[in-house]
Amino acid sequence: MVLGRVRRALAEGPRDAGRDEPPVVRDYRRVHGSRTTAQTVELLAENLVDYRAVVHRSDAAGLPALIARLLAERGARSVVVPRGLPASWLDVALAAGSGLTRVADRAALTPAELDAVDSVVTGCAVAIAETGTLVLDAGPDQGRRRITLVPDHHVCVVRVPDQVVGSVPQALPRLAPDRPLTWISGPSATSDIELDRVEGVHGPRTLEVILLSVSGEPG
Amino acid sequence: MSGTYLGMPAFPRAADVSTRDTQLRANLTHATHTIRDKRAKAVAELDDWDQLRAAGAAVKDRVLRRLDHYLEQLEAAVTAAGGQVHWAADAEEANRIVTALVRETGEREVVKVKSMATQEIGLNQALEDAGIRAYETDLAELIVQLGDDLPSHILVPAIHRNRAEIRDIFRREMGRWGRPAPEGLSDSPAELAEAARLHLREKFLSAKVGISGANFMVAETGTLVVVESEGNGRMCLTLPETLISVVGIEKVVPTWQDLEIFLQLLPRSSTAERMNPYTSTWTGTTDGDGPRTFHLVLLDNGRTDTLADTVGRQALRCIRCSACLNVCPVYERAGGHAYGSPYPGPIGAILTPQLRGIQGPLEASLPYASSLCGACYEVCPVAIDIPEVLVHLRERVVEGGPVTRGGTRTVVKPAKGHAAERAAMRAAAWTFDHPGVLRRGMRLAARTRRLHPRRLPGPGRAWSRTRALPTVPAESFRDWWRRTRGESPSGPTGKRGAGE
Amino acid sequence: MRVALFVTCINDLLQPRTGRAVVALLERLGVTVEFPEEQSCCGQPQFNTGYRQATEPLVRRFDRAFREHDYVVTPSGSCAAMVRDNYPRIGAKAAAEGRGRELSDAAALAVPKTYELTEFLVDVLKVEDVGAYYPHTVTYHPTCHGLRVLGLGDRPRRLLQHVKGLELRELPGAEECCGFGGTFAVKNAAVSAAMGADKVRHIVSTGAEAVCTVDNSCLLHIGGTLTRQGSTVRPVHIAEILASTEGSVL
Repeated sequence: MVLGRVRRALAEGPRDAGRDEPPVVRDYRRVHGSRTTAQTVELLAENLVDYRAVVHRSDAAGLPALIARLLAERGARSVVVPRGLPASWLDVALAAGSGLTRVADRAALTPAELDAVDSVVTGCAVAIAETGTLVLDAGPDQGRRRITLVPDHHVCVVRVPDQVVGSVPQALPRLAPDRPLTWISGPSATSDIELDRVEGVHGPRTLEVILLSVSGEPG
Repeated sequence: MSGTYLGMPAFPRAADVSTRDTQLRANLTHATHTIRDKRAKAVAELDDWDQLRAAGAAVKDRVLRRLDHYLEQLEAAVTAAGGQVHWAADAEEANRIVTALVRETGEREVVKVKSMATQEIGLNQALEDAGIRAYETDLAELIVQLGDDLPSHILVPAIHRNRAEIRDIFRREMGRWGRPAPEGLSDSPAELAEAARLHLREKFLSAKVGISGANFMVAETGTLVVVESEGNGRMCLTLPETLISVVGIEKVVPTWQDLEIFLQLLPRSSTAERMNPYTSTWTGTTDGDGPRTFHLVLLDNGRTDTLADTVGRQALRCIRCSACLNVCPVYERAGGHAYGSPYPGPIGAILTPQLRGIQGPLEASLPYASSLCGACYEVCPVAIDIPEVLVHLRERVVEGGPVTRGGTRTVVKPAKGHAAERAAMRAAAWTFDHPGVLRRGMRLAARTRRLHPRRLPGPGRAWSRTRALPTVPAESFRDWWRRTRGESPSGPTGKRGAGE
Repeated sequence: MRVALFVTCINDLLQPRTGRAVVALLERLGVTVEFPEEQSCCGQPQFNTGYRQATEPLVRRFDRAFREHDYVVTPSGSCAAMVRDNYPRIGAKAAAEGRGRELSDAAALAVPKTYELTEFLVDVLKVEDVGAYYPHTVTYHPTCHGLRVLGLGDRPRRLLQHVKGLELRELPGAEECCGFGGTFAVKNAAVSAAMGADKVRHIVSTGAEAVCTVDNSCLLHIGGTLTRQGSTVRPVHIAEILASTEGSVL
């Protein structure tokens, strides 16, 4: 019935362009400005900070110790871990005597159980420099959407420069529409009261981003 | 104010009251100016804004011209991805479908993401009538719901409330809905947001049914997109077992690539950010991650009637960013409630009369709720020429004409109450087309100018209450010209006018 | 080149001095001005209130009055905007309603030759210093149609900045509508008055002796509000400032 109405509405008006329309003109930019790879990573870092994420840099060798330090500074006693997160990343944090409990991301985990977990550590699918955005696609090192939502502390590892793109138009082709995506730009926030920005409402109130240099040099 | 839009007075009457509310005016001026300045900065960062805007308008126009095709494509893609698609011709049908879907789950409570479409159809009331409680989870919507109030802004629905009022509402009402406000709650925004976090968390953790709208639906992939800031959207979209999304049919975009336009246009126009904190996309259902059941209710409710009007249909491009509200001098002074619908401001003034028809007194008054200053058109990220549509709808109001209502082509009569104006406007136009008559009238006005009143009676009182009347000079321009330049000053075309 | 003055109905009846100023200014700049008496109103009040068909005879009249001229100059941003923005719409709708192409042809002729005064000075005559003298402090309110429909930009300000003796004061919130809006001022009087009060507050805050615009309709509203509030700030059309010389300050 709705489709019938649509067709009548379109049929009865004055004749519009035919079915074979020319493509939409896309003369907007694929990316704003020209940057070297290093500059793109730098812009990502700036924009993440601008939206109140905490940015750290590391190489592969230093990563486990850095993650351990961030969790310890937070006072985390439990951390939820996606199935495919490289085990070595949490070697130091979960070492005997650390007092930190590893919680596996599994289907049976209830929201209430997840609510008792202090932190989450994930990778990401793509990061967008111009907007300071991390995109998670529920891949093996990122896990179910809810694990980066309910705990109050999210540590997200971005492999630089491989996972960094400049712009939104560059990000979309690298993402699969059939996967559930979460685009994250800073911690959750609200401006609903007199337009005063308050960081941290329902999502994690602290977002820490580690720019992991895959070439061996700190990003 | 109670939570209904029924029986709202015509815009000028409501605005007459709200413009005198100094607290409301102060709240609105502060809020709209803050966000309008931020938006200008966010937009200025992109030197291809005009191209993005043109492309956004072009994509939306293309969708509207082939809406049947894209909706069929969307339905097939959502279904293939494990979702179930329902069609609702009007608010009543949509409410009936959603109520039945919630009942099937056996649940009596649902959590809701802020959604314009569900406000438009009055879903919360319909659910309540069916014994189902809907919890609004957006902070501003929570403030509105707890205050038994109506939203007054698309993006910041509680823009008319200041922090002290919000604290009082939280203290008074939270306990009746769930976890009470913390003892000694102050009016600092951070504390108020924390109180909302605690109050809503128990709802999120136990919710089995979530209800949302969507900002975009991608036809080729069946993907839905929700853009938000607080994380309440993510909660509602991922924790419940059943997700029901009620979305207007005009929200479809053809391709995944098209999101590259709208995910740049929307955040900068709306919250004035490079990107909003959270954007969720989902395609049907995903095994082991998020809701196991997904229903998409595609809503018409006047949209196809709007589509049938080739001038007015551009209102369906709207992506609900609210930039037009924030620059509108009329909205800033009248406030959102005067518009009598969930769509306030300039976009509401063209959308509401089209979705509902122009026959009611409120709807007939909305196209006039504008000085036609054009600030709305200038900031609209999809280039809706709001002044053009306003004037187009004014013609429908005063002259009647062909419209489509409920899918049926019909001819409406002119709205009541415009007879005197119509006569005056036509008489004025006739006079202006007969310069001889006009000249005699001008001379009469000049000769009697000392007798002109300082204040006018009747409709003219509206002018002279706050503004002095102009005085009529002794000699009109054309008389001066004739006196000083002679009878035939303009050469070959100096012949006398046809109306002489 | 044949230049016609389209004085507009409001100026004809209520502000003839603005029309006289345009004539004086253009003649001083060496332009021969004609005033076809067949002209009357552009039809804006009718059109903007919803009476589109009532404006059609006025479109035809405009066409007859100015058909022979190369340029039509008008001291009104909103009347110029009416011709340029809405005449083509009126023509297109008439054609779509099966009433021929007469009006769209008339619009096609009218649009390219119709200029608001400051556009004509800057774009056609290529002059910014018109040799004016106006020894007063002035603030400039850019009217909505001039600003957003015609895109006048800084043309009026450039002209004002070259006026000897004139001190231009910045107007806070300059780009906000004054609240006139034609019949809006009566149909939504409360909102219109509130907008007018804010505009006037900003004008008074500049300390300027006069406020000027490219449109007397907005000035009627602004001036009427100023008068009612007992303010001494004088509303003045930009043409009158530009026409003033050391010999005769209007």
